[in-house]
Amino acid sequence: MEAILLQILNGLDKGSAYALIALGLTLIFGTLGVVNFAHGALFMIGAFCAVVMQRLLGLSFDQVDPSKTDFLGNPLVVQMPYVEKWFGPEIGAAIIDWSVPLAIFLAIPVMIALGFAMERGLIKHFYKRPHADQILVTFGLAIVLQEIIKYFFGANPIQSASPEAFAGSFDFGVLLGFDPNVIIYPYWRMVYFLFAALIIGGVFAFLQFTTFGMVVRAGMADRETVGLLGINIDRRFTIMFGLAAAVAGLAGVMYTPILSPNYHMGMEFLVLSFVVVVVGGMGSLPGAVLAGFLLGILQSFASMNEIKSVIPGIDQVIIYLIAILILLTRPRGLMGRKGVMED
Amino acid sequence: MGILEVKGVNKRFGGLQALGDVNLSVVENTVHAIIGPNGAGKSTLLNCLVGKLIPDTGSVMFDGQSVLGRKPHEINQMGISRVFQTPEIFGDLTVLENVLIPCFAKRDGSFRMHAFETVAAEKDMVDKAMHMLDDVSMADKKDMHAASLSRGDKRRLEMAMCLVQEPKLLLLDEPTAGMARADTNNTIALLKEINKKRAITMAIIEHDMHVVFSLADRITVLAQGTPLVEDVPEKIKGHPKVQEAYLGQSHG
Amino acid sequence: MFGLSAKDTRFLLIVMFLTLATPILLQPFPENSAMAQFNAGYPDLMQKFAIFGIFAIGFNILFGLTGYLSFGHAAFLGVGSYTVVWMYKLLSYNILPGLILSIIISGLFALLIGFISLRRSGIYFSILTLAFAQMSYNLAYSVLTPITNGETGLQVYSNDPQMLAGANAPTSPHLFGIVMRESSEFAVGGWVFTFNNGYYFCAIIAILAFYLSMRIFRSPFGMMLRAIKTNQTRLNYTGLNPRPYTLAAFVISGMYAGLAGGLLAAMDPLAGAERMQWTASGEVVLMTILGGAGTLMGPVLGAGFIKYFENIFSKINDNVLHSWFAFMPDGMEDFLVALVHPFVGKGWHLTLGILFMMVVIFLPGGLVEGMQRISRLFRRKKATKPGGPDHEHHPKPAPHVAE
Repeated sequence: MEAILLQILNGLDKGSAYALIALGLTLIFGTLGVVNFAHGALFMIGAFCAVVMQRLLGLSFDQVDPSKTDFLGNPLVVQMPYVEKWFGPEIGAAIIDWSVPLAIFLAIPVMIALGFAMERGLIKHFYKRPHADQILVTFGLAIVLQEIIKYFFGANPIQSASPEAFAGSFDFGVLLGFDPNVIIYPYWRMVYFLFAALIIGGVFAFLQFTTFGMVVRAGMADRETVGLLGINIDRRFTIMFGLAAAVAGLAGVMYTPILSPNYHMGMEFLVLSFVVVVVGGMGSLPGAVLAGFLLGILQSFASMNEIKSVIPGIDQVIIYLIAILILLTRPRGLMGRKGVMED
Repeated sequence: MGILEVKGVNKRFGGLQALGDVNLSVVENTVHAIIGPNGAGKSTLLNCLVGKLIPDTGSVMFDGQSVLGRKPHEINQMGISRVFQTPEIFGDLTVLENVLIPCFAKRDGSFRMHAFETVAAEKDMVDKAMHMLDDVSMADKKDMHAASLSRGDKRRLEMAMCLVQEPKLLLLDEPTAGMARADTNNTIALLKEINKKRAITMAIIEHDMHVVFSLADRITVLAQGTPLVEDVPEKIKGHPKVQEAYLGQSHG
Repeated sequence: MFGLSAKDTRFLLIVMFLTLATPILLQPFPENSAMAQFNAGYPDLMQKFAIFGIFAIGFNILFGLTGYLSFGHAAFLGVGSYTVVWMYKLLSYNILPGLILSIIISGLFALLIGFISLRRSGIYFSILTLAFAQMSYNLAYSVLTPITNGETGLQVYSNDPQMLAGANAPTSPHLFGIVMRESSEFAVGGWVFTFNNGYYFCAIIAILAFYLSMRIFRSPFGMMLRAIKTNQTRLNYTGLNPRPYTLAAFVISGMYAGLAGGLLAAMDPLAGAERMQWTASGEVVLMTILGGAGTLMGPVLGAGFIKYFENIFSKINDNVLHSWFAFMPDGMEDFLVALVHPFVGKGWHLTLGILFMMVVIFLPGGLVEGMQRISRLFRRKKATKPGGPDHEHHPKPAPHVAE
């Protein structure tokens, strides 16, 4: 029982990331009909927004600190971050400590701008081309984006820590009446899950309760009819692309304390997220979210020793196996509409 | 006993009865037209004949064998060819290749690993295809991309692709839909010629009364998924039931 | 000749000549000249041209003809390599048994994967193949370690049985005593030409592979495959079953990939799981598209292009750049170096990504289409000089599937 609970918890954060990326992929596929192989790269760029924020906040100038001396007794020159100068040492240090959450404010405009640029500059011209062409051009774009990041940030993973307040772990077991230290769960992973739930809820609310969202949902159901109503669907779809990019970016920003960002993390998540989209059902938003969490949790179950010892290697292939099974038995996925790319 | 015997075919889509107890008999070497107002179930019936849909009940016998449960390519191999409402051809291939493919399909069946001989070395097949193209007077266009043909030529090419298989039954789905009067008349002439010269049985689904009455030997009128009457054209023209079915929906 | 038309025979002879003369043709610059860095006539690189050419030719039979985009072909490449190294370990360093077996095993593997994946088409097919390849890759790294030797990669150890190895047998891959890594060098003037056994072995196989693909392209089977790409509905109603055709194309291309993987191990007796990663699958897609999918020559050109520039570009560092722009004023020189720097050396993949996007956007027919356009441009200039530009009104004849 404890083990099961623990694995569910462990699967949640990875599942959250899958769900967020898959949500964006589905938004783009559902509205624009485009298969975006560069979506993983957007997640990766989001993660690097956190790195940039960390570096921006860490920008320092040299200052002579009279209170410290070197071994000869001369006053020491220390690096003084600007934020500490402007906001005072305590608040300044806190700001630096909170660089990952603060990076959200950097990531939102950056990702939306990037999304707009991508849609207007590239994707727009591929609406009428075959899916294979869309896959190929976005695959090329993904390579370009990740190479640019590699050029500026190098090939090695860059550590970034969560705020100190969330550094520890929370003993879930005690709360539920188990022994201490049986079910412990890092605070940050909990934060990530809640954050993801918030974003997913936000996106759904946005689509459900705003006129804009209504038009987009109608467009997802039947693009041509909506176009006939005289509604400029294209501009809205551009905005949707920006939104999807922002969701992927935010997923990336907050994931940095869990996985140190590197330039090829996007590809790894992309492959898995595509599988998630397929399992959930191409074009179904709830399906994407459900499948994201489901596969994240299943993956963490499969990596339990009890299971691995029965079926060796299952943890490596579980997601793909499920995708293959789903595609062969129920090609529209768990929650996909009938007829959407079923063939 | 007709070459195509449809007996008691029913097909429902959810709550909608698309076909209700359809009986139809197409006699060899005749042109049989199936007409009816929009939504009468003409296309559904056609799809049941070619294996795209499977009827809920009833039987479809072709040349003494049931077609039910067979895939479209198997039904074609039995001898039924189909012309589509908008011509379905191999756009990226040349006109000659378009006609060659059915030639090979006729000779080699639905699959043959025929990977080491060049197409050009198959003299018989090429001659047969060229002959067919001559018949539809398209021989001079043999090296053109099929996609770059005019609409009328595409229709003729599709017809040639079906005819070169020497089918026992040719199904035509509104072969003149969206055509101008002159093109329609050309198509009628072409079909008449085919029927006379090659003695091919045809079943035509058509909206256009002009076409139907110029071509058909027998006509079945379908309304709301059930056949109303089946008779020779002269009798259909003044039939009260037909006029009733078409009331307010005059066509042709 | 060879059962081909006169035009195709000429084409094949040209390809044969180019392939066999590669060690000379790719060595146009004298050894000590500044341009020598652009030479490509060394064994390692030439072997890669031939091997990846084979890989891409095979991939093209599937993707170029039927339009089914597989993102998992690297799995077959890996299987081929593992097979050959295992044959080294069990039998001897003779490459022949391993190569034959690598074709058979990858063919069987392709039959299995293809049988399942081809039940879907379009993007679903791509994702299924990707899923299979990633699974193979993950397994090769984890539970299959006894077979694949995990991260270290599979190689021959001195305590391996090598049952058929004679006392005096060569201790590196060979074909009945002809050692693959041996070369003979000829110095002519300032030029040095290297004729490597391994390259010639690969080249001969590559020519055979090319010839076979030519026959397939021109055969009724090839025509059916192209018909599948164009209109499956019509194909069904013409009495043809697309499934066995696509499966046959998939298996053939899988066997080509297995052969290519086997040759990689025949040149260098190593096999690693990274050969199965999806980036490797992506690479063969890039090669095929860049060269021109669906054309005979395209994939070979694409493979050569990518492998050549990968080698050359990766070698260009800042020093080289400075020496190029040395004639410029200092500030200008530094600026140009800084400008070019991100695209060369380690930045080669960036250039490749941009190039690939450009090709997909502007030149979907790849390099082959580019060359055709250029040659048409020249021909038109000649043709329009006396007359007027009016032949455009006639419908274009379809380009022959070749060149």
